[in-house]
Amino acid sequence: MTHAVELKNITKRFGHVVANDKVDLYVDNGVIMSLLGENGSGKTTLMNMLAGIYYPDEGQIFVNGKEVSIRDPKDAYANGIGMIHQHFKLIDVFTAAQNVALGIEDGKYDLKKVADGVREISEKYGFGIDPNKKIYNMSVSEKQTVEIIKVLYRGANILILDEPTAVLTPQETEKLFRILKAMKEDGKAIILITHKLNEVMEVSDVVAVLRKGQHIKTVRTAETDPQQLTEMMVGRAVTLNIDRMDPVDPKPRLTVANLTCRDSEGVSKLEDVGFIAYGGEILGIAGIAGSGQKELLEAIAGLRHISHGSIIYTPEGKAPQELVGKTPMEIKDAGVALAFVPEDRLGMGLVGGMGMTENMMLRTWNKGKGMFVNRKEPEKVAEQVYEFLEVVTPSIDYPVRKLSGGNVQKVLVGREIASSPSVLMSAYAVRGLDINTSYIIYNLMEGQKAKGVAVIFVGEDLDVLLALCDRILVLCDGKVSGIVDARTTTKEEVGLLMTQVGGGKEALA
Amino acid sequence: MKDKTPLIRLAKREDMAKSKIWMIRLAAFAVAILIGMLIFVIAGANPIKAYGTMLASSLGKKSGIRQVVKNAVPLLGVGLALAPCFRMRYWNIGAEGQITMGAMAASYFALFWYNRMPSALLLIVMAIAAMLFGAFWAAIPAAFKARWGTNETLFTLMMNYIAIGIVAWLQGGPWEGKPGSQIIPMFDQKAVLPKILGVHCGWILVLLLVVAMYIYMNYTKHGYEIAVLGESENTARYAGMNVAKVTVRTAALSGAICGLVGFLVASGVNQTLYSDVAGGVGFTAITVCWLSQLNPFAMIVISLLLAILSRGSSGLQTALGIPASISDIITGVILLCMLGCEFFINYRIIWRHKETAGKEAA
Repeated sequence: MTHAVELKNITKRFGHVVANDKVDLYVDNGVIMSLLGENGSGKTTLMNMLAGIYYPDEGQIFVNGKEVSIRDPKDAYANGIGMIHQHFKLIDVFTAAQNVALGIEDGKYDLKKVADGVREISEKYGFGIDPNKKIYNMSVSEKQTVEIIKVLYRGANILILDEPTAVLTPQETEKLFRILKAMKEDGKAIILITHKLNEVMEVSDVVAVLRKGQHIKTVRTAETDPQQLTEMMVGRAVTLNIDRMDPVDPKPRLTVANLTCRDSEGVSKLEDVGFIAYGGEILGIAGIAGSGQKELLEAIAGLRHISHGSIIYTPEGKAPQELVGKTPMEIKDAGVALAFVPEDRLGMGLVGGMGMTENMMLRTWNKGKGMFVNRKEPEKVAEQVYEFLEVVTPSIDYPVRKLSGGNVQKVLVGREIASSPSVLMSAYAVRGLDINTSYIIYNLMEGQKAKGVAVIFVGEDLDVLLALCDRILVLCDGKVSGIVDARTTTKEEVGLLMTQVGGGKEALA
Repeated sequence: MKDKTPLIRLAKREDMAKSKIWMIRLAAFAVAILIGMLIFVIAGANPIKAYGTMLASSLGKKSGIRQVVKNAVPLLGVGLALAPCFRMRYWNIGAEGQITMGAMAASYFALFWYNRMPSALLLIVMAIAAMLFGAFWAAIPAAFKARWGTNETLFTLMMNYIAIGIVAWLQGGPWEGKPGSQIIPMFDQKAVLPKILGVHCGWILVLLLVVAMYIYMNYTKHGYEIAVLGESENTARYAGMNVAKVTVRTAALSGAICGLVGFLVASGVNQTLYSDVAGGVGFTAITVCWLSQLNPFAMIVISLLLAILSRGSSGLQTALGIPASISDIITGVILLCMLGCEFFINYRIIWRHKETAGKEAA
């Protein structure tokens, strides 16, 4: 039997790094395959070669049994391969149909024809997309659907989705999976790039596991379990648990009330946010991407203009003080630390071109008299972080940009912890990390909690938030839609809160 | 199927050995010299003789060497001035204007205050005035950028024309010497920089500035702020730096040094003021700065190299009658090759046939 797409002996190198090493892989029509692997295992690189973004150094690609050469995305479409990237490639001010029409070269620009086609596809699979709706009016989930329609319209039979659920709420994820199953029934071959085990188990028929660029094994989903998959992914047995202890002697550390922030255009980013963070407790913050998580942490850190509201900080054994109106430096010095990992990992809190020492210096550069910077102190901190967190780097002066993602994050989180804060705010601390390193970071947070620090943890993965935190504050559109007990709540409850203030209770009432 | 592989592919290189990097740069220079030979041949000159003349006229005689140093001083000075701006990713291409304004401020004292103070004091006053004015001129676009996010590239560029226009107006108006001459009178000797080893003493000043700038960029708090801000404004804000203040301060420092160079040129070389006092140095220095990769010590070498080329080209014109524009082309080719070779340091090229050959060998 011929496979929908087959990779033979595919190798791709970047400099000295072998991203894919002699990968043999195939997927059949009417099958959903999960491509599972940790970050940096080469999943996206491999798929980018099918999509025409990269060209393999060695190896062959067969589509429907015929060898093909995919040099650019047009070749990919010609072979019926379409990829939905993690970052949407849509033009905001265009409608769905206009975005679909973009880049199609069939002589004339017939928007009506495209719109009809979009409507047809949308009805066939139950997408519910209006072809004339502008992208900027769409939710994340709708934008993703437009991306899917885009490749279907071009006649793709083989669909590759790169971490499609990373930006979705649990409810939207379910809808996506229904769509994927409908497309599977239609005979399409679907490849789902992911590192979330529960999704793999839920939606896929077969699982292909990659590790360090190599294809380890392909197994039928029905014949495996998460533990086995994890071991294949990591390469050895791992225990995945967080020893969550009860909060010790929780005292209000940070009392936020009526916090409202607007951006430079006057658009409200945070509205009337109020909560108390206790020492010795991990307060999780959940929400759809861009619901105000970043703004909230920045406001507390003094990096954002606050329209009104108050942030009362009560250090251990000291009098309460108002943080609003203080400079970022004063807030830092008072013991409020922020470790924010942005999407590009660097660029907020770290300087890519500098080594560990100079990055530690970001906290202390203006300490001391005179015009010269003191390198001794940060060098000591760098040595400590290097040893304590086992950062893998040729030297503490090696540019952090060249370190792997996990090590970059260790440097960032390590620096903030080294300042012995009494409030530690961390956002996306495990973004893009492998399972093991993630658990090191979780345990670091747990360790800070044990020391009586008030930890505020903004996370993307609901499973982790439920397992790690004591309480979870859910943000929706800049407002607090609820604060729940992490030990008793469910993913569904948090998911509902994420999309609707009050979890839709008003709607029911 | 193999013939469908793309002809050329690029792959990013990881860290390359230092020695190999210098080999590539040397090779690029050699290639540039070879292309230059071709250009000489096309222009109808003997390439060997042409190069020989260039070398002889720039380094062969004492007067040549002096001229080279005289040309290199402003290039080096402005290169140093631009380094902190570029490290900050602030594209100050307004050095021309800052030089001009500095020269103008210095000239004011040279023209109207020369008989009221001793020479040494006059020169110091001129230098300070030049630095203040250069700093002021550079701070305007920086303040706009800091406050309203304007584009500094366009803004600093436009400021050049205003500065040059102001001096042109002074030249034909209030400061004009003989009516109708359109020329500002020569400075009194009290306002002229003394010579050391046959060249105005500005060369010692810029050499001191090299060391100072190296220390400033690498060991001071200011230097650290500049480096962080250049990499990421967000990180700078997170570290509690005052982005607006650093931007304006660095631009002003840069302008002050440019202004100082304007003073050196007006007082040490021209001994008067005219609107073309900067003479393109503000732009050529950008090349000096980048070719040296913002390293002050490397700037000494690069500015000397450029000065040799420019002296050599005027030598060509007088000795062999080859138009100076030909050697300008050659200078351009050299610069292009030097900058272009960075591409080969960063990327590896994979040819189609080579890959197939590699496969067969394997």
